[in-house]
Amino acid sequence: MATFKDFRNDVKPNWCPGCGDFSVQAAIQRAAANLGLEPHQLAVISGIGCSGRISGYIHSYGFHGTHGRALPLAQGVKMANRNLTVIAAGGDGDGFAIGMGHTIHAIRRNIDITYIVMDNQIYGLTKGQTSPRSDVGFKTKSTPQGSVEPALSIMEIALSAGATFVAQSFSSDLKELTSLIEEGIKHKGFSLINVFSPCVTYNKVNTYDWFKENLVKVSDIEGYDPSDRAMAMQTVMKYKGLVTGLIYQNKEQKSYQELLHGYSETPLTEADLRLSKEKFEELVAEFM
Amino acid sequence: MIHQLSWKVGGQQGEGIESTGEIFSIALNRLGYYLYGYRHFSSRIKGGHTNNKIRVSTTPVRSIADDLDILVAFDQESIDFNFHELRDGGIVIADAKFNPTIPEDRNVTLYAVPFTDIATNLGTSLMKNMVAVGASSAVLDIDISAYQEVVQEIFGRKGQQVVEKNMEAIRAGAQYMKEQLGDRMQTMKLAKADGKKRMFMIGNDAIALGALAGGARFMAAYPITPASEIMEYLIKKLPELGGAVIQTEDEIAACTMAIGANYAGVRAFTASAGPGLSLMVESIGLAGMTETPLVIVDTQRGGPSTGLPTKQEQSDLMAMIYGTHGEIPKIVMAPSTVQEAFYDTAEAFNLAEEYQCPVIVLSDLQLSLGKQTVEPLEYDKIEIRRGKLVTGELPPLEKKGNFKRYEVTEDGISPRVLPGTPNGIHHVTGVEHAETGTPSEAAANRKAQMDKRLRKLKNIQFNTPVHKNVKHDEADLLIVGFLSTRGAIEEAIERLEQDGVKVNHAHIRLLHPFPTEEVLPLVEAAKKVVVVEQNATGQLANILKMNVGHAEKIVNVLKYDGNPFLPNEVYTKCKELL
Repeated sequence: MATFKDFRNDVKPNWCPGCGDFSVQAAIQRAAANLGLEPHQLAVISGIGCSGRISGYIHSYGFHGTHGRALPLAQGVKMANRNLTVIAAGGDGDGFAIGMGHTIHAIRRNIDITYIVMDNQIYGLTKGQTSPRSDVGFKTKSTPQGSVEPALSIMEIALSAGATFVAQSFSSDLKELTSLIEEGIKHKGFSLINVFSPCVTYNKVNTYDWFKENLVKVSDIEGYDPSDRAMAMQTVMKYKGLVTGLIYQNKEQKSYQELLHGYSETPLTEADLRLSKEKFEELVAEFM
Repeated sequence: MIHQLSWKVGGQQGEGIESTGEIFSIALNRLGYYLYGYRHFSSRIKGGHTNNKIRVSTTPVRSIADDLDILVAFDQESIDFNFHELRDGGIVIADAKFNPTIPEDRNVTLYAVPFTDIATNLGTSLMKNMVAVGASSAVLDIDISAYQEVVQEIFGRKGQQVVEKNMEAIRAGAQYMKEQLGDRMQTMKLAKADGKKRMFMIGNDAIALGALAGGARFMAAYPITPASEIMEYLIKKLPELGGAVIQTEDEIAACTMAIGANYAGVRAFTASAGPGLSLMVESIGLAGMTETPLVIVDTQRGGPSTGLPTKQEQSDLMAMIYGTHGEIPKIVMAPSTVQEAFYDTAEAFNLAEEYQCPVIVLSDLQLSLGKQTVEPLEYDKIEIRRGKLVTGELPPLEKKGNFKRYEVTEDGISPRVLPGTPNGIHHVTGVEHAETGTPSEAAANRKAQMDKRLRKLKNIQFNTPVHKNVKHDEADLLIVGFLSTRGAIEEAIERLEQDGVKVNHAHIRLLHPFPTEEVLPLVEAAKKVVVVEQNATGQLANILKMNVGHAEKIVNVLKYDGNPFLPNEVYTKCKELL
């Protein structure tokens, strides 16, 4: 059986020392091993940005696509081969700016993949511009006087878009993050895991210390019930999104694949490419 | 007795004009006539003039006719809009309800028939279309029993009474003509057809069927005119064949999802028109760079921007050949008939896997939506070839190493292994990469990978890249075209030849890589080269000049008013250019 070390390759990440993404990488590797996966059974599909490089740093199948399009790519992979474990990954710019349309629709479509967002509230690879997750007043190269646009509350958006699995974590908390990724992969449907993954080079506000001070674990909130959507929404609003843990899970809702009429139990990749002569003649006759 | 006829029905959109033409033409197709139909419609659901022009012939036809023998009109606008097309001796059959009038200075006969009143008396005015079908049949001397089967198929699910009522309406229409007009009725008796059963379909049907036959088992698409029929057909058919269709949030998702599915190993594609293709351009580059097979259908319509969404044009050519930043190998094919649309679409999936690159099947609105009689499609002609797809077991990888997915090979094509395969792990990225897929910016590697990718299409094997009709070693004219203009060009050539003009014809079926070796001798053997195309800037002519030279003798015949070329237009323009 594979261990987390089997999910390591010999590519040296080009992330800055101290970047939160290292821990996300480690958590994915640990979660995959904990679930008993072999490296070839996992496909990591990523977008563009610092975090998008993650698919190249894990010994598994990986596809590093275009900016903002990790989700359509990953959904295509999963639709084609339902036996693969598919993880989509990227940053907050990738998923919540250029790729926001896909994010909303992937959430409501509910295909059985896991989406891990490394949320650092800034654009890192382009050297420090504001992101849709940056707070009002946040000063960057593109907002020298401070951002005037409010930050997207991605937890609220996911809940209202019909998400069936919403989690949030902090890259320093490897144990919680690994466990949430495992739960996300096991969840039958789309799972969103937003991870606060600090950018040590360009974001001097939302630092490791800042998160440690401000984040609240939902498991520490008395009576918190992750199956209660209204409670999830209220809690997220109350804590301004600064909560971690399993925020919401709907175990009843069937996944897209389970609902799609006629969707094959066997992977589409195994479908017979050749029509039988009888079927062909039948199709032709419909046009006569 | 006539062997060919041009019939048109016109009215307001949403009034059943389409089904009138449909019932009329399906019945005639089943009698063994060859048909070619073209719909004039607007980007709205109710209201606005629409018409369906159908050519009926005892021999194959691939173009709409220059003129019109019979016009069936449900409103005055249909007469005013289409009257100029009627030939001398033509007939207008119009609903008496709107007191139709026609210009008096033409030798055209008007029959005002109470379509609406007859239908209302039979139960519902909705059946006025059926009355019109019956009236037309009387003029053509077609027995109305020809409609029984198709009326049954269309209305059967609404109950036998509805079927009978509709047949009654057809009969009443025919009877009215015979009884009221008797011997005064001008007939256009159609020669009997051969009675053979042939397919009757639009190009989009053929594309969709070709995709199924070619092994496509996943489609991701976004609705758009004139491509949606392809998706709608596959949604009906794919599930039972072990496949699936997703309607995505936009064309970016559609194209990217198709790339993901192809990467995973299913034959996947998307279909759209110009605006959608514009959105897909970045992903096309991704497929080129990552060497992922990808098939895209572009059913061209009038551009730019939203342009003329329901009208004919061929102006995406340059965008399809060059559209994406950077340089990638890409195949652009252009079927010229519905049969070819079927075979080419099926073949596109082979080429995409063999050359591991994007393949664009170009169509145009006339080819995609023109409904026509199609000679039998042959099952045995369909091949499934998967190129260098690795299917056997792989030896263990070196520790932490990757499978060489982008191995530099002589033909530029590398072995392709699908995710899920033990010992095949590799990375795929749109970033320049080494043989293992790992990002690399090293100069020597960049050159080796770029050369490798571009080398793949150097020796592309493509069956009949140019449809040629070459009768002359030395020709006065070489006419060059692509896609649906083939029929109009062929008819124009017949007339030019009758005038003693020596004309050769080259219809380009593989637009990229351009088949220079096939086309150059034809250009050299012609005094003048006329490129007939439906755009305003002469895109095909420019492609021709780039690839074969001889710019001095290449001239254009262009049409970009939204309507298809008529044979006579091509003929007249060519005569002027001689």
